[in-house]
Amino acid sequence: MMMNEVAQTESAAAGGRRIGDVILDLQNISLSFGGVKALTNISFNVREHEIRAIIGPNGAGKSSMLNVINGVYHPQEGRIVFHGEERKEMEPYMAASQNIARTFQNIALFKGMSVLDNIMTGRHMKMNCGLLSHVLYWGKAQREEIEHRKKVEEVIDFLEIQSIRKTPVGRLPYGLQKRVELARALAAEPSLLLLDEPMAGMNVEEKQDMCRFILDVNDQFGTTIVLIEHDMGVVMDISDRVVVLDYGKKIGDGTPDEVKSNPEVIAAYLGTAH
Amino acid sequence: MLYREAGQFKASYQEDAQIFPIRQDRIGFFALMAVVFLVVPFAASEYWLQAILIPVLIFSLAALGLNILTGYAGQLSLGSAAFMAVGAFATYNFMLRIDGIPFLVAMLLGGLCAAGVGILFGLPSLRIKGFYLAVATLAAQFFIVWALVKFPWFSNYSSSGVISAQTVNIFGYAFVTPQAKYLLTLAIVTVLALAAKNMVRSTTGRKWMAVRDMDVAAEVIGIRLMRTKLQAFAVSSFYCGVAGALYAYTYLGTVEPEGFNLDLSFKILFMIIIGGVGSILGSFLGSAFIVLLPIFLNVVLHSAVGAALPAGFGSSLELMIFGALIIFFLIVEPHGMARLWQIGKEKLRLWPFPH
Ligand SMILES: Nc1ncnc2c1ncn2[C@@H]1O[C@H](COP(=O)(O)OP(=O)(O)O)[C@@H](O)[C@H]1O
Ligand SMILES: [Mg+2]
Repeated sequence: MMMNEVAQTESAAAGGRRIGDVILDLQNISLSFGGVKALTNISFNVREHEIRAIIGPNGAGKSSMLNVINGVYHPQEGRIVFHGEERKEMEPYMAASQNIARTFQNIALFKGMSVLDNIMTGRHMKMNCGLLSHVLYWGKAQREEIEHRKKVEEVIDFLEIQSIRKTPVGRLPYGLQKRVELARALAAEPSLLLLDEPMAGMNVEEKQDMCRFILDVNDQFGTTIVLIEHDMGVVMDISDRVVVLDYGKKIGDGTPDEVKSNPEVIAAYLGTAH
Repeated sequence: MLYREAGQFKASYQEDAQIFPIRQDRIGFFALMAVVFLVVPFAASEYWLQAILIPVLIFSLAALGLNILTGYAGQLSLGSAAFMAVGAFATYNFMLRIDGIPFLVAMLLGGLCAAGVGILFGLPSLRIKGFYLAVATLAAQFFIVWALVKFPWFSNYSSSGVISAQTVNIFGYAFVTPQAKYLLTLAIVTVLALAAKNMVRSTTGRKWMAVRDMDVAAEVIGIRLMRTKLQAFAVSSFYCGVAGALYAYTYLGTVEPEGFNLDLSFKILFMIIIGGVGSILGSFLGSAFIVLLPIFLNVVLHSAVGAALPAGFGSSLELMIFGALIIFFLIVEPHGMARLWQIGKEKLRLWPFPH
C-alpha cells in the first residue's frame, strides 16, 4: 500500500501535474425530485488538477451530482463554492462561461451534424462573430472560423479521430461517439471537465484508449476532471480521490486505497455489484 | 470529365470549408448561374418566366425561410404564409407612405417587420416543442390574416384588403417586363440563398442545429436556447417576409390577405418535406417540384386522353400524388430529394466501380 502511494505521487510529479487548492466545494447538498431524494446532505470537494471519481451503484445519484455542478439541477439545500465564490444562481449555459465542460451518460451529440461541426460547436463560446458577419462569411468571420478550425484540428489529432472528421456522428459506432463527445467538451478548453461514465459500454481496447486520453488531458492541459465510472479497476487506476455514493448518501471519500478498504463501501458497492 | 474528388487536395482549412469543396461542383454551380442569369431570361417565353420560374424562385425563398426554422433550428411552424403576408403588406405600406423610398429598402424593411412578428410568435417555442409549437404557430397564421383584413389601414382602405403593388423602380429603371422581374427576383433569391448557406456553415447555423439535435447538451456548452430559437424565428420570418414582398411585387401584382392562408403555409411545408428538410438545395428542389407537378400532370393528361376528362380530375390527381409523395418521403427518405441527389452524387463519385 505504501509502495503504491509513493509510485502514484511520483508519476504525478513526473508529468508536471501538481494537485492544487480546492476549486470546487460542495457543502451539504440535498436534491429531491418530488418525493424522490436523489442526493442527501452530500459534501465533498474537488482540487485543482486532480482526477476525482464518483462511484456508486445505479441510481445512487452520481449523474444528479454532475447535473448539480453544472447547473442543470438546482439543489434545494446546500452551498456550492467555486473558485472561492459562493454560487448564487446557476443555469446550464453559465457552466460554459465558467469553463466547465461535460459529457453525458447517454451520448448527447448533435446527431445531424458531422464530427467536425460537433467539435466546432464546442468552441462557440470562444468565437465572437455575430449573425451579420456570418451572413457575409468574409474577413473577420472567415478568419475566425479558420483560426478555430486549427484548434479543433488539434483536438482531433489529440483524440486520434482524423479519419472520421467529416462523418455524420449518427453513423459512428458507440465507442467513437463517446470519443467525439469528449472532443466536443475538450474543444472548449475547459478547466473543469465532468465525465459521466465515459467508458460505459466499451470493449477493453476502447476503454484503454479512453483511459489514456483522460490521463493525457489531465496531464498535458492540467484539466481538473470529475469522473463517474463503474469499472472499479479503471477508477482505482486513474483517480486521485474517490467519492462513494449510495442511495443519495455519501458513504466514502478518500484515496482509492482508503475507499477500497472502507467496510461500508465494500458492503454497499464492491460486495454486491461486483 | 468524370465526377471525381481524386487529385484535389485541400491545402488549407479555407479551401476545405468552401461552399463547394469539389471542383466539379463549383464548375457546375457557376455554369448554372451563367445559364439562369444570361440564357434563361432571353430563351424562356414570357409564360415560363412569369408563371413558372418567378413563382419557383419565390417559393424557394419561402421554403428556405421555413427550412432555416424547421430544418436547421428544429422548430416546427405552420405560419410561413402569414409571415409572407407581413412582408408583402409592410413593403406595400413603406412604398406607399414614404415618398421616394427605394424598393429594395422597402423590401428589406418589410422583411424586418416580418422578422419582428416572427420573434413575437416564436416566443411560445421557449416553452413548447414539436406538435404543440406547430399548433401555436397556427395562431400566427390566423391572427395575422385576420388583422390584415380587420384593420383596413394596412391595405390603404381598399375594398376587401386587396393591395396593388406599385411599380418597382431601381435606379430609374422600371421592372415591368417578365424578363426584368425574373432577373430581379433571381438576384434577390440568389443573394439570400448564399447568405443562408453562409449562416448555416458558421457558428450561427451550428447553434441552430445544436438546439435542434440536443437542446440540453447545447445549453450545457453555453448556447442560449431562447436567443438561438428566437434568432431562427427572426431570420426565417425575414426570408418569408421578403418572399411575400416578391410574391406581391414581381409575381402577382395584386394580393389580398386571404391569399396568404393556411393552404399556402402547408404548401411551403410540403416543399421542404419533399425537397429536403435541413437543406438549402432541397428548398429549391421542393419548390420547383410542387410548382411544376400540376403543369406537368396537365400536359401529360391532355396529351394522353385529350379533353375528355371531367373538370377537376387533374387537380384531384395532383392531390393524390402529393399525398403519396409526402408519405413516401416522410417514411422512406426524410431528407427528401436533396438527399437523393446527394446519394446519386456519392454513387457517381465512385462510378463505374461499385465500391
Ligand atoms: N430528472 C429527474 N427527475 C426525476 N427523478 C430523477 C431525475 N434525475 C434523477 N432522478 C432520480 O434520482 C436518482 C439518482 O439518479 P442518477 O443521478 O441518475 O443516478 P446514477 O447516475 O448514480 O445512476 C434516481 O432515483 C433517479 O430516478
Ligand atoms: Mg448516471
